[in-house]
Amino acid sequence: MATFELELVSPEKLLLSRPVEMVIIPAAEGDMGVLPGHVPMIVTLRGGVISVRENGQETERMFVRGGFAEVGPTRVTVLADTAVPVASLSRAEAERLIEAAERDYQAAAANDTPEKREAAMNHLLAMRAMKDAAQAA
Amino acid sequence: MASLKALRTRINSVKSTRKITQAMKMVAAAKLRRAQAQAEAARPYAERMQRMLASLGASVAGNPDAPRLLVGTGADKVHLLVVVTADRGLAGPFNTNVGRFARNRIRALEAEGKTVKILSVGRKGAAYLKREFPSRFVGEITFAGKKRIGFEEAQDITARISAMFEAGEFDVCALVYNRFRNVISQTPVEQRLIPAPLPEVAPAEGPAPIYEYEPSEEEILAQILPQNLAIQVYRALLDSAAGEQGSRMTAMDNATRNAGDMINKLTLNYNRTRQANITRELIEIISGAEAL
Repeated sequence: MATFELELVSPEKLLLSRPVEMVIIPAAEGDMGVLPGHVPMIVTLRGGVISVRENGQETERMFVRGGFAEVGPTRVTVLADTAVPVASLSRAEAERLIEAAERDYQAAAANDTPEKREAAMNHLLAMRAMKDAAQAA
Repeated sequence: MASLKALRTRINSVKSTRKITQAMKMVAAAKLRRAQAQAEAARPYAERMQRMLASLGASVAGNPDAPRLLVGTGADKVHLLVVVTADRGLAGPFNTNVGRFARNRIRALEAEGKTVKILSVGRKGAAYLKREFPSRFVGEITFAGKKRIGFEEAQDITARISAMFEAGEFDVCALVYNRFRNVISQTPVEQRLIPAPLPEVAPAEGPAPIYEYEPSEEEILAQILPQNLAIQVYRALLDSAAGEQGSRMTAMDNATRNAGDMINKLTLNYNRTRQANITRELIEIISGAEAL
């Protein structure tokens, strides 16, 4: 089957760089499945799981907290804020982070600008997605 | 002439100094390798981000309500200099060079009638700048005690800068740090952060692709710019960390060599004195025997 080059980078290192058949990206406005020959796009990511498919099988599942992706016909570059393999997520850790995020959101909702509130909300949602991913794993 | 005992003590003390500088050199070399690897690992992300930013920036250029991080406040009155130095000394001219560069920069800006504020990263620079420009000093951030600089540290600094920017405390922000060229040479440079300079990207193979944006360009830009700021700061921190170790390694190598030279000189001196003493004693004995 046709493949395209997938690159997954976080600020601290290059995590993945190899040809794959399909990748599912948690874009801000809904999950996006990318196959070779996709129209060029730049999208933002919400917190969620990036799933990579090779040889008709899902080979990698990585959780990202947010970031950007540049999609092209032969190459997809994902710039993730932080990326962790789903298998190494812990549910307890996720719950702790959710609590912290909820507190932040309460504080932001009380006295910050709408943008800040939205950022806090996105963070909270990302943390919830992390818990779901940990639970499913 | 110094006594034999004094010389012996002196030689021993220089020898232990040499041991220390040699150990410091080894440690710096190991840390340098790690710092270089980390700087290397951060490069792909920064490069991809620059590319994305270039295509985004081109599409909002000239737009009157482009994000302020990109176009600035429209004024050029208050400058914030973020000066990155090391937390530790004994690194040769590393900290002094940045300090001097920053000082010249501040003088030049003030000569043009601008107001300058200083945010210092790293203990060494903080001490110097606080003494030199107490009234312009707005804060310091140190990572003393941290084993390794992660992206979170860069985000801390960025959060501080953005908060100040939103509060309208400055118009232009620039980073001053030691750029790592190679192990023996680091040069202080100034890099503008706000307004963000748009990267010049050489046109790749074929015509530039026309991207679709989701959500809109403006929204992506509003998210990508703070991230880009953090990544610039992160790169500067890593460069500075690698430079610090490189500079320390060179300095300690010199110190070790100097200590070796000094030991040779002192040993020569010691042997001469010892021989002179023996000769003198012999003369005393012989002339005593002759007198009998």
